[in-house]
Amino acid sequence: MTRYFTKEHEWIQVDGDTATVGITDFAQESLGDITFVELPDAGRAVTAGEAVAVVESVKAASDVYAPVAGTIVEGNAALDAEPELVNTAAETDGWLFKLTLTDAAALGTLLDEAAYKAYIAEL
Amino acid sequence: MRYLPLTPADRTAMLAAVGAGTIDDLFADVPADALLSGPVEGLAPHASEMAVERHMARLAGKNLSAGAAPFFLGAGAYKHHIPASVDHLIQRGEFLTAYTPYQPEIAQGTLQVLFEFQTQVARLFGTDVANASMYDGSTACWEAIAMAGRVTRRKKAVLSGGLHPHYVGTAETMAKFTGDVIEARSPVLSAQPDDAEVIAAIDDQTGAVVVQYPDILGRIPDLAAIAEAAHAKGALLVVVVTEPVALGLIEAPGHLGADIVVGEGQSLGVGLNFGGPYLGLFGASEKFLRQMPGRLCGETVDAEGKRGFVLTLSTREQHIRREKATSNICTNAGLCALAFSIHMSLLGGEGLSQLAAVNHDRARQTAERLAQIPGVTVLNDAFVNEFTVVLPADAREAVRSLADKGVLGGVALGRLYPQDKALHAGLLVTATECTTDDDIETLALTLADVLKKGA
Amino acid sequence: MNAPNASGWKPEMVADDGSVQPMTVSGDKGLQLEEPLIFELNRAGQTGVDIDAPKRGPVAGLLKFLRKAPAALPGLTEPEVVRHYTRLSRQNYAIDLGPFPLGSCTMKHNPRLNEKVARMPGFADIHPLQPKHTVAGAFEAIAELSDWLIGLTGMAAVALSPKAGAHGELCGLLCIRAAIEAKGEKRHIVLVPESAHGTNPATAAFAGFRVESIPATEDGRVDMEALISRLGPDVAGVMITNPNTCGLFERDLKKISDAVHASGGYVYCDGANFNAIVGKVRPGDLGVDAMHINLHKTFSTPHGGGGPGSGPVVLSEALAPFAPLPFVQREADGRVHLVEEEEIASTGHAQSFGRMAAFHGQMGMFTRALTYILSHGNDGLRQVSEDAVLNANYILRALEDVLEAPFAKAGPCMHEALFSDAGLAAGFSTLDIAKGLIDEGFHPMTVYFPLVVHGAMLIEPTETESRAGLDRFIASMRSLAERARAGDERLKTAPHFTPRRRLDETLAARKPVLVWKGDKA
Repeated sequence: MTRYFTKEHEWIQVDGDTATVGITDFAQESLGDITFVELPDAGRAVTAGEAVAVVESVKAASDVYAPVAGTIVEGNAALDAEPELVNTAAETDGWLFKLTLTDAAALGTLLDEAAYKAYIAEL
Repeated sequence: MRYLPLTPADRTAMLAAVGAGTIDDLFADVPADALLSGPVEGLAPHASEMAVERHMARLAGKNLSAGAAPFFLGAGAYKHHIPASVDHLIQRGEFLTAYTPYQPEIAQGTLQVLFEFQTQVARLFGTDVANASMYDGSTACWEAIAMAGRVTRRKKAVLSGGLHPHYVGTAETMAKFTGDVIEARSPVLSAQPDDAEVIAAIDDQTGAVVVQYPDILGRIPDLAAIAEAAHAKGALLVVVVTEPVALGLIEAPGHLGADIVVGEGQSLGVGLNFGGPYLGLFGASEKFLRQMPGRLCGETVDAEGKRGFVLTLSTREQHIRREKATSNICTNAGLCALAFSIHMSLLGGEGLSQLAAVNHDRARQTAERLAQIPGVTVLNDAFVNEFTVVLPADAREAVRSLADKGVLGGVALGRLYPQDKALHAGLLVTATECTTDDDIETLALTLADVLKKGA
Repeated sequence: MNAPNASGWKPEMVADDGSVQPMTVSGDKGLQLEEPLIFELNRAGQTGVDIDAPKRGPVAGLLKFLRKAPAALPGLTEPEVVRHYTRLSRQNYAIDLGPFPLGSCTMKHNPRLNEKVARMPGFADIHPLQPKHTVAGAFEAIAELSDWLIGLTGMAAVALSPKAGAHGELCGLLCIRAAIEAKGEKRHIVLVPESAHGTNPATAAFAGFRVESIPATEDGRVDMEALISRLGPDVAGVMITNPNTCGLFERDLKKISDAVHASGGYVYCDGANFNAIVGKVRPGDLGVDAMHINLHKTFSTPHGGGGPGSGPVVLSEALAPFAPLPFVQREADGRVHLVEEEEIASTGHAQSFGRMAAFHGQMGMFTRALTYILSHGNDGLRQVSEDAVLNANYILRALEDVLEAPFAKAGPCMHEALFSDAGLAAGFSTLDIAKGLIDEGFHPMTVYFPLVVHGAMLIEPTETESRAGLDRFIASMRSLAERARAGDERLKTAPHFTPRRRLDETLAARKPVLVWKGDKA
């Protein structure tokens, strides 16, 4: 399994042709207390860069983009009752959605962990 | 000038304090040719309170007010008795001159009222939740159609012919610009509402089915049957209530399968006001909460654990979502919601039912009396406080003649449907608790006289 | 002992030794009164309205529609209701209690004559569908208001039916859309400055346009060059607020308007801040095609805790033919008549884009606004904007050494003074100053808006504050700014003296409780 990152502060865990996507700890910290997560429906085909989820705090709503193209497998149903998982476990149980990759080659354009850490260090 | 506290000496001292020679130095960013040199043409100088009051009273005096005549108008705006305490309370400066409760620590009064109002509306409508109010019934109706479109991701709305024509017009205007498809129909002078036609028009493209209850002719559609048909095709049922007092007598729409219930709350506490400001009511099933427009007040706790209230779920709204908001609405009808809520608190559920029963009694007496006039027939089998009579003449002419004799006799359907000649004999008559036996007798005698002369 | 409040909490006090002690048995503390929900006061079978028993039962056709039980709503007697709402009212701050310097919101004194006039039976107790000849005075009042709104703005026409500012914006944008369609053009972009109020992009989107953002210059105005370079055959128009949300006059508006018109577009002006220039500047002279006027701001109809508003829209010659129905028209001979759907053909208004709401608009606000205009007259309205601008500049100059004023170093502001949070101690924010201001007995300024300034504080004193009142406010603000710069921790828990302390908005949003369910446990 390999973990990738984007400059939009998403992480992507790839397992075979399935990718699990969430927002990074850095992102949840800057968003503050998450109050609601709007998740995509299963079966929806998405293109890279398309807004597919929304993470809401009291005073802000932030789009989350599909880092790569694919078909949504599921959204994280646990977030309906416990949106705070995105705060407490952003990079584990607070994942947002899973998708089946349609263009695995595109993963090569994403950041690895070291590159992402270097990127946020400069922000 | 009585509203401006600065004295000439203050102004001089303050200009000096800010380093300006004259007031126009502070308007230096205005291009010189855009700065007005003289007064606005025609507008007189400032006037005393007495002089202004006299002028406005002269204008007001040219109008025949509802309380000064036998009065039978309805069609989306109703005259009810407003208890004296309602207006007294809404004029308290702490309510009247407060702003939107963005600082909840010093706005718990307004916020608790909104929470109570939301609960009252939800219970009246039989919905899970309600918002803190919209502009009025007509705009709430369009917002409900738009919301149903977001929920179902469908662009077509089927409107009953019994929906108030101004509400239809509002929806048609908006749909022209949003690309929604509005399928509307004219009402027909028949005892039964157009439930069957509405049901037949629902297809799998339909997102919203919109039905007024009671409808524009005072008839009562079978909501349960329409809800079943709508849900079978994946559409939402939007029920529009223009006369909330009617819900004291007939079942709450939310209990009959409505997904969204909107209405005009003017009947309780607000008054006629020549059409505004009014009060848009908006209730819905909780599962569509995130797609609701308008402000919402929610319960929470403060830093010491005490119960308190805040505006909440504002990520739906324009100031956060900007072009992705559920609506561009930026206000509610706060003071009208307060008036509604106070009136409702005085009535209670049982009081509202009693009030509705009296309204129905008055309307029934009116209908039975008008039916005795030769050539006049009552259209409705069922009604609460508003019904349609069919005259042997153009009802607009009759209404004008009645007004000339000091009787405000109802709303001619020709006023609402000028293009639809088949409706021009229809007269919409409303009676409320304000209607006296004398009013009814005067209407009947005057109408009989008017019709006789016209014949 | 009974719980003082049916929700179960008891007022408590943390003593110096950390122990928790009840303050009073009742829950009230002198004149600080706690008040349960109306549902918690409910006593079955009570009512505050005496209603005669009906003599007749339901007509036969109604029987199958009857509700099974009355709505589960409390009824209370008049003394209980009066007390409930009076006690609640005392938990509100209001303009009647003190300064309310919310920038852009224009909280000025609400003259009580306006309330009296709006309640005259000839205005308050008339039905919108009465025969027209029985409401001639109402149409005359509307026409008089129209005359003055047109005169004060230098425009060609006014649409009175919009119900609030945002509804007025929608009206203006729909006029623009209708005008473009009438020319057979396809322009789908509306340019909105990044400092705009959120309603602007939301409205443009609801009118079917795509929104593109235009940056601001260093001095807080629209970047004219960026705007003009974006104009083209796909641009329907621009939405500009003037004076803008930074409290500054857009000096280049006329040049912008000329460029927009030359490219075939239209200029919408958000008139939320018209109160700064009323009687001094006419937007029509700056090339504006449409502008809404918030009657509750400039013309002081009461805000009422969040409405009702009223948003008449003044229109240029180019957009007037598309105005929504209905409207009141004055003939050459001075007579006034109502134009509704059936009159549009005969009166030359066939291009109207239609109806935006039922009936004629916010009549109760029209009579108040007209009363306000007549009371002030041409000299008073000028004085209104001059005093509003003078008061704002007085605050600006009195605070600029303790708070950063990003755009007003070089020149004056208009009716509101804008500050940022630059210079506050680490961990201290605009919110702390706002909450501290509450403890000082003032309503806070607008915070975190406009978005173009970090930690924005937008202060609008209005013309109805006295100099002594401004000085008191300034003294409090200076103290708070200095405390926030010095890192006074007590500010972070403010307010301390209010009926409720800081409220948990995260909890409210995570687990929404929007209606009372206390009887359904």
